[in-house]
Amino acid sequence: MKYREALRAALDEEMGRDERVFCLGEGIGERGGSYKVTEGLITKYGAGRVIDTPLSEAGFVGLGVGAAIAGRRPVVEILFVDFLLLAMDQVINQAAKYHFMSGGEGTVPMVIRTQGGTGNSLAGQHSQSLEALYYHVPGLKVVMPATPADAKGLLTAAIRDEDPVIFIEHKLLYMTDGEVPDGEYVIPLGRADIKRSGSDVTLVAWSHMVLKSLRAAEILAAEGISVEVIDLRTLVPMDVDSILDSVRKTGRLVIAQEAVKRGGVASDVAAIVAERAFDALRAPIIRVAGYNTTIPFNLALEKASVPQVDDIVAGVRTAVGATASARS
Amino acid sequence: MTVTDALGLLAMYETAATIRRFEQRAIEQYRLGNIRGYLHPYLGEEAIAVGAIAALEPDDYIVSTHRGHGHAIAKGHDPRRMMAELFGKEDGYCRGRGGSMHVASRSIRNLGANGIVGGGLAIAAGAGMAIKQRGGTEVVVAFCSDGSTANGIWHEAMNLSAIWDLPVIFVLENNQYAVSTPIRDSARVDRLSDRAAAYGMPGVTVDGNDAVVVLEAMTEPLRKARAGEGPSLIECMTFRHGGHHVNDPGLYLPQDELRRWKERDPLIVLRARLTEAGVRDAAIAAVDERVEQVMDEAVDVANASPNPSVEAFLAEVSSQ
Ligand SMILES: Cc1ncc(C[n+]2csc(CCOP(=O)(O)OP(=O)(O)O)c2C)c(N)n1
Ligand SMILES: [Mg+2]
Repeated sequence: MKYREALRAALDEEMGRDERVFCLGEGIGERGGSYKVTEGLITKYGAGRVIDTPLSEAGFVGLGVGAAIAGRRPVVEILFVDFLLLAMDQVINQAAKYHFMSGGEGTVPMVIRTQGGTGNSLAGQHSQSLEALYYHVPGLKVVMPATPADAKGLLTAAIRDEDPVIFIEHKLLYMTDGEVPDGEYVIPLGRADIKRSGSDVTLVAWSHMVLKSLRAAEILAAEGISVEVIDLRTLVPMDVDSILDSVRKTGRLVIAQEAVKRGGVASDVAAIVAERAFDALRAPIIRVAGYNTTIPFNLALEKASVPQVDDIVAGVRTAVGATASARS
Repeated sequence: MTVTDALGLLAMYETAATIRRFEQRAIEQYRLGNIRGYLHPYLGEEAIAVGAIAALEPDDYIVSTHRGHGHAIAKGHDPRRMMAELFGKEDGYCRGRGGSMHVASRSIRNLGANGIVGGGLAIAAGAGMAIKQRGGTEVVVAFCSDGSTANGIWHEAMNLSAIWDLPVIFVLENNQYAVSTPIRDSARVDRLSDRAAAYGMPGVTVDGNDAVVVLEAMTEPLRKARAGEGPSLIECMTFRHGGHHVNDPGLYLPQDELRRWKERDPLIVLRARLTEAGVRDAAIAAVDERVEQVMDEAVDVANASPNPSVEAFLAEVSSQ
């Protein structure tokens, strides 16, 4: 099943199971959304639960917050994570804080499904990796699945969660294929997944970087370097224990993120490990990340601006002391 | 230039034909794999950019949209460097870093296309403020789309321009669709120009397929803006000739409506006006030929232009 079909399956099953769940977004009805995730849902659930919106991002994200507080379970689709910036007040000042500021009485059980990343030559305003913005804000959960199965299990969990969840898909993942369990399938938020076990280096990644990390691990295996690839899957809450356990085993940590290096989630993972497992480290932690630049339109420049498989390979080699890395 | 002036009309026709052929050639190049990413053709809407910008002086500003090739060409961008940008090449207006949605030029006073719908509107107000503070008489034309009128920034930019009497003319290109969503599903007013009253500025709705009508509609807003009497809204009714972007077949567009609008193709309307003004077919054909030559050159220039250097880019960004 394709990633986008797995997302659709989660939406379909949750809408079937719980009449409070509804979808809201631009062109998600008859058109089925830009990436065809909601295709067919309007036929099954009607225009009252699969609602096409005008280009009013702040408005309908805020509307989602209100509907959630009042007992519904909105799944709001924002075409690009770049456009979620138009609704930052609703996300950060309203949704994220409502539960806390109401003394724990109010809840905002809402999911914002959005999409980010590079890969299609869409330039600076349609290619960003902005998870760090949401990661930074207390009160939000942040989910970034890499595989179809994780997409289904995590979206189901996100819809059932009582907190606002920023669910960020990657534009290069929609057409990827994978096994997906039939029927009800829930992956609790906050559990990383060891996508490949290894003993020499811990390689932490999420979203599309997991695929690149697995390819890098393959290449490195041929060189006799055994890489453990940990897919965080949810950035908030973060499965710190899984990271620490792995680092205690391997003694080395590389973090691969597509987002720009400065102020990214990779920096935080590095800090957490430095604080809590410094004694286990046998080499400096390495962040393989995007350059601190706006994403260029030209495809070759775009590719150069974010880590590729070779960059991850180089980062891991540096961590094991094999050679120097250009990017780290 | 007066409206009935045959030379003026011919110049407008040449700009419209340039936009038309630029878009068609760009679509061809896209299909050949020479252009990537999003490309939103201005086909069918040419009269708006042509008419609105024909009314301007070279030092007036424009703010453009995601569907911005027409605005740029009408404002004076060189189609060769535009095509090079669409190809992502070094000789493009943004050195291959921006692409179709981000064409801009300081000297041409195009403050930029935008990947964010409505993203340029407050910027237009800001340029208006800059003009006012300098004591200038230039104006800013803020091109905007029907979809953007649902966004808060459209309303805020209109209101700010109104309360501070900024020299901004909002030229609303109402092609009646935002991707597949018809405007009637996004607004309860029949005419979006009615909203101008809410901000205390004049608003009109005009035929956006007739460049001369658009040009004439600019007269009073321009006078007001240059006199420091504040902004205006001109809603121009039009229709896309195809899908939202190059990869959208646009099957949701009602075919009879599309056919009716195509009968009033901006180029057909302009040609009829030329004939009426006594311009012979041969003169029109000569323009068409010249346009074709420029387009051949544009594609050649874009093909020949080097890709931006990855090494230079890395040197630039790795120090940041
Ligand atoms: C703020 C924002 N929301 C959504 C989009 C995605 N998007 C790009 S163009 C478009 C439709 C725009 O319709 P309209 O504003 O009427 O302009 P048109 O394409 O018809 O010229 C959408 C939804 C965007 N670029 N920016
Ligand atoms: Mg439109």
